[in-house]
Amino acid sequence: MIHAYQLVVLAPYAAALVLVAIPGYRVGAVLNVLASAATLAAGLWLMVSQGVVGEYAIVDEFNVVFIVINTLVGFTTALFSASYIGHEIETGRLPPGFVRFYHAMFQAMMGSMNVALVANNIGVMWVGLELATLITVVMVGLYRTPQAIEAAWKYFILASVGISLAFFGTILIYLAGQPALGEGVPAMTWSLLQAAAAQMDPAILDLAFIFLLIGYGTKVGLAPLHAWLPDAHAEGPTPISAVLSGLLLNVALYALLRFKMLVAGQPAALDPGPVMIVMGLVSLIFAAFMLYQRRDIKRFFAYSSIEHMGLIVFAFGMGGPLANFAGLLHMAMHSLTKSGIFFAVGHIAQAKGTQRFADIKGLSVTHPRLAVAFALAVIAIAGLPPFGVFTSEFLILTTTFAREPWLALLPAFGLLIGFGALLLRLQGTIFGEPVGPAHRVDASSVPLVLHLLLVLAAGIFLPPALVAWFQRAAELLG
Amino acid sequence: MTGDLLVQFLAQGAQMTFVLLIAPLAVGVVRRVKARLMRRQGPPLLQGYFDLAKLLRKESVIAESASWLFRSAPYLIFALTWVAAALVPSFASGLMFNWAADVVALVALLGAARALLALAGMDVGTSFGGIGSSREMMIATLAEPAMMLIVLTLAIAAGTTRLAGVADFFLAEPFAVRVSLALSLVALVIVALAENARIPVDNPVTHLELTMVHEAMVLEYSGRHLALIEAASHLKLVLYISLLICLFAPFGMAPASAGVTGWLIGLAAWTAKLLFGAALLGLWEVSIAKMRVFRLPDFVGIAFVFGFLAILLAFLTRGVFA
Amino acid sequence: MNQAYEISHLLSGAMLVTSFALLYQQRVAAVLNAFAAQSIVLALAVAWAAWSSNRPDLFITALIAFTLKGIVIPVALRRTVTRLGIHREVEKVVGVGAALLVGLALTGLAQALVVKVASGTASHAREELALALAIILLGFLMMIVRRNAVTQIVGFMSMENGLILAATGARGMPLVVEVSVAFSVLIALFVFAVFVFRIRERFDTVDIEALDRMRGDRR
Repeated sequence: MIHAYQLVVLAPYAAALVLVAIPGYRVGAVLNVLASAATLAAGLWLMVSQGVVGEYAIVDEFNVVFIVINTLVGFTTALFSASYIGHEIETGRLPPGFVRFYHAMFQAMMGSMNVALVANNIGVMWVGLELATLITVVMVGLYRTPQAIEAAWKYFILASVGISLAFFGTILIYLAGQPALGEGVPAMTWSLLQAAAAQMDPAILDLAFIFLLIGYGTKVGLAPLHAWLPDAHAEGPTPISAVLSGLLLNVALYALLRFKMLVAGQPAALDPGPVMIVMGLVSLIFAAFMLYQRRDIKRFFAYSSIEHMGLIVFAFGMGGPLANFAGLLHMAMHSLTKSGIFFAVGHIAQAKGTQRFADIKGLSVTHPRLAVAFALAVIAIAGLPPFGVFTSEFLILTTTFAREPWLALLPAFGLLIGFGALLLRLQGTIFGEPVGPAHRVDASSVPLVLHLLLVLAAGIFLPPALVAWFQRAAELLG
Repeated sequence: MTGDLLVQFLAQGAQMTFVLLIAPLAVGVVRRVKARLMRRQGPPLLQGYFDLAKLLRKESVIAESASWLFRSAPYLIFALTWVAAALVPSFASGLMFNWAADVVALVALLGAARALLALAGMDVGTSFGGIGSSREMMIATLAEPAMMLIVLTLAIAAGTTRLAGVADFFLAEPFAVRVSLALSLVALVIVALAENARIPVDNPVTHLELTMVHEAMVLEYSGRHLALIEAASHLKLVLYISLLICLFAPFGMAPASAGVTGWLIGLAAWTAKLLFGAALLGLWEVSIAKMRVFRLPDFVGIAFVFGFLAILLAFLTRGVFA
Repeated sequence: MNQAYEISHLLSGAMLVTSFALLYQQRVAAVLNAFAAQSIVLALAVAWAAWSSNRPDLFITALIAFTLKGIVIPVALRRTVTRLGIHREVEKVVGVGAALLVGLALTGLAQALVVKVASGTASHAREELALALAIILLGFLMMIVRRNAVTQIVGFMSMENGLILAATGARGMPLVVEVSVAFSVLIALFVFAVFVFRIRERFDTVDIEALDRMRGDRR
């Protein structure tokens, strides 16, 4: 009997192999959507199936949250890119040969992310993340413009440095676990490591966590290490921007959180909380200020992603059931909203033929429906009710306020700054005199609407089952 | 007891004499090997002695602008170098002066000699002397710290800065390849090349104004002054080769308790190793080219880097930080 | 045991020395040579670990390091470099001397960090780890101080060498990781190669600074 977690990994890889062999882009796009749907089904199946703790795989409430978000956004992105990429071929930005490659890479990337998510072995987890990173590097450089190559190069250099440091941290964890668990696979198995955390040498754990924080933190896009993120988002194809912001950052964060749980198991080791709080706040406030100077719409929302990742890391740094719950919820909401925004941005970029704010004006006149959808998405990410992002931000701030009243001022300040920038840009794009061309938009709006509805639903009513599930995951986090 | 002291005194005296006597021969071997490798006949092996004898007989011409420093420097340099060379244990480790054969003292003696030479080079006021002195000092600023680091590495390994103690330690220790020792060996070789003005740092046979370092400083000297400086530089070569031998290949050296037979064996072994080292130097000089002066800091810097690495690794092995 | 330790220590030390050689070299061809030397020493170190601690699976890692990083990649990169006509000059951010000094400081940092922190583990593993960390940091330094795309690749791969050394030094670390590291390096190379070629297609230089002038925000 094959288990759902195997399907989550195998389905995308199998699809990637098939997609490489299919020349036509229409067939490829359909197959891409079908494979993503199959993966999504497997991900949803995981929600109801039994947890697994094996030698190489682990399925608990905590990573199922990530897997479900991953497969869901993967599916909607596949849906979006099916129509989006067709447009790119027609306008000649992409040669058709590349698209075959693109679809296969997309599936391979989804598979690699799922490998990282279900892995119980810290080495395998690292491999999954590295593979996913390398594939996105190629995807970012897909357009082969000088800017795209620069972005991909920068992304590649920074990501590989980060990933190398993370690997060194992984080796250190192995060394820390070795005295308690013996040589070989057990000392790299996450669940066993966590059980033995109390016997580990705290000094090695400290050092390991620093390396892992810097390494995986680079991939999360935390502030001093974020330089790759805006470029990579701005220059790659829009579906990839959506996947980068909505998923890859989460997967890196997931890895970081797993190690946080490990280090927290040894009371004598350094407390990861304050470190994460500081890094999160720095990213949040820094990115909020940077929002004001952006002229490129995708770059703008990339900084918004840094801001929100900062807030999420802050929430997890606070710790405790409520803050963890809020952090998980905010992560889910951010994934859905931000990928939705990138879908909308993809539409806008196709409608106006540019990504510059200066050339995007008066959308409400030329593309009323798109303008409304975009406005709703931006309002959602800005954290206004009734959307789900409001709920999670509210939870983060109130739980912080209850515990550390003064500390709560900082994220609130950062969010307000970011809020101002978002509304400023929203007003500029929606209203005013339209400039430049106004093309017809071919790309499907189903994914965007779907995401908005989900975020809206979460804002109005969170099903008790969902709340219970997230609470259990938050408890696992400690 | 007195007889013992006398023997000790004689042995030490023998070493001092021997070092002085063999130095021109060692240089002769280097020249000879180089010449043969270049398919030249080359000067006779004893040419160094002939040169010194010739110079000693000649009148010393002194520039009008020269001060007392210029005249006294050669004697001091010769004396300092000779003492330094005599301190390095050559054929036996338990000699009379060995308690003073501290590596730090050695570095200080050589440093004093170098400073005198540089001052003397500038004393007359010619531009060549100035260039030579400034280049010499540039090299020295890198080579001396490197030398100190190497010394410290060995001292950490052996637990003493006394050369004889270090040699005894390595004699007693079973042979083992150690990274820190290998690194200090390379570093010490580089320092030795730089200090002795050999290729690739300096070319001892050229007087090309663009590249010369050592020769530029001694350009104004002649007659017996030049003879003393030449003898001092020969001694320095012997000193460095014996230092390398003493630290990295001490086998055959007579231990402190050895009698006359042990000394004789040690003497033979040392002479053989010294001449072999000189031959190696000749081979090295033939096989590589002189570096540009501007590249020199990088090259001598390698010695510093290696010395530093060696000491780090030595610390690591002993877990001093822990 | 003692001899096994001495030899592995010697090989790791030699790798560290080649890391400094990488920093010291001025010409691209020489940098590639130094990198090849480092990879071959790495292969020897891994092979020695395989033999002395009786873990035949490590021989695969050694073989990969030797053929791929010791021979294939340097040769391929050299061809690229010769074809692009950049085999002589390397643009530097800081001079050789300064880079070496920073390298020394990083090495000292690595030693101090690991020795102090990992005082509980066996001294053997600790020293390997300290050396490996130093090699990783030096690779990092090389990526920072060299502006040239090819030397940045080499810096990155030198970092990977340090990682493999660290993984080998951790006794009993499963093979999964090593093979995957080698595998990722392969992919990394693939990506890199693609980039180098593409960069060549679009500009006349592989100088990263030329790329930086095209920053999106200042368009």
